[in-house]
Amino acid sequence: MFTGEEVAEVLDQLGITHVATVPDSTIGQWQGAIERRGRTRLVRVCREGEAWEVAAGLHLGGAHPLVMIQCTGLFESGDAIRNVLHDWKLPIFSIIGYRSYLNQDTLPGDTCLVFTEPVLETWKVDYRLLTRHEQLGEIASHYMACRSANRAGAILVAEGKA
Amino acid sequence: MSGRDALAVVHDARNARDVVVTTMATSRDWMTMPQQPLDIVFVPSAMGHATSLGLGLALAQPARGVVVCNGDGSMLMNLGSLVSIAGARPTNLTVIVFDNGVYEVTGAQPTPGMNTVDFAAIARGAGFASVHSYDDLDDWRRDASGILAGEGPTFVWLRVTAALGIPGPKSPGPAAERARRLVEALAAGE
Repeated sequence: MFTGEEVAEVLDQLGITHVATVPDSTIGQWQGAIERRGRTRLVRVCREGEAWEVAAGLHLGGAHPLVMIQCTGLFESGDAIRNVLHDWKLPIFSIIGYRSYLNQDTLPGDTCLVFTEPVLETWKVDYRLLTRHEQLGEIASHYMACRSANRAGAILVAEGKA
Repeated sequence: MSGRDALAVVHDARNARDVVVTTMATSRDWMTMPQQPLDIVFVPSAMGHATSLGLGLALAQPARGVVVCNGDGSMLMNLGSLVSIAGARPTNLTVIVFDNGVYEVTGAQPTPGMNTVDFAAIARGAGFASVHSYDDLDDWRRDASGILAGEGPTFVWLRVTAALGIPGPKSPGPAAERARRLVEALAAGE
């Protein structure tokens, strides 16, 4: 839906210093463009729960990080999200790939469609669902709104086939 | 050597500008020692994630050392973080594992790797170039300052005895307030 160059430009304009990430087949395609642009460092972690705590450390240290993972990794991240967003109340922003939202050819009946949004709501994450290319600007507008309010937020990016 | 004595060595050897992260049993013992503004008592924590928090701090604050005092149970919960750290190559990060073979704060139940896991081999295999192991307090005390001041990422495996029957750490206060104070201290260049 979005090109890597488009996302890299948004991250650059927002002053994102680091992206803590585990790729999927959609958001992983953005890594090359982010690295080529050279203003945002990728921090590759082995499991998504790590990404939230790496971002927490970056934030405490004065950087402007962002977590970029797939919704399956969101499910894995529960304890870290609870700790970072609610115990320590750190305003960590995330971009989350929404597997199978646009196409279920690979995984008919994908349960990601059942659980992703309820899980975000359970963790009290203020999210925006982007399903069309024309919504690219909402990444920046929602990030800025969350940053101004010093609260965590997320962008849910609709994805095609798994 | 006892875990508390080994931790006291870190307390004595750390540079005043170092950020020190403690968790679980090391938090409990660290809080009995004089505190500094750059201490992070990672209580409450997410299970096993002190190393990940330390990685983020080290990347954001490359001009100061970051020391993570972890337990073996916590390390086993997030072994992948050693690979993440080695991949990110923070030269200012030291991970110290206090290995007593048990989940001490829950009543000393054995960890899955009790008496079998080789944390030094795991760290080397993950990509750490600087790896050290100690089971003698005097040896650890002799080398600690040099190790903490050296180029990392560094991994230290300390084989320690468990402290049995002592409750786990209690939160020293609202986490959000402690986070705010830490941000201010780092921004002020302390």
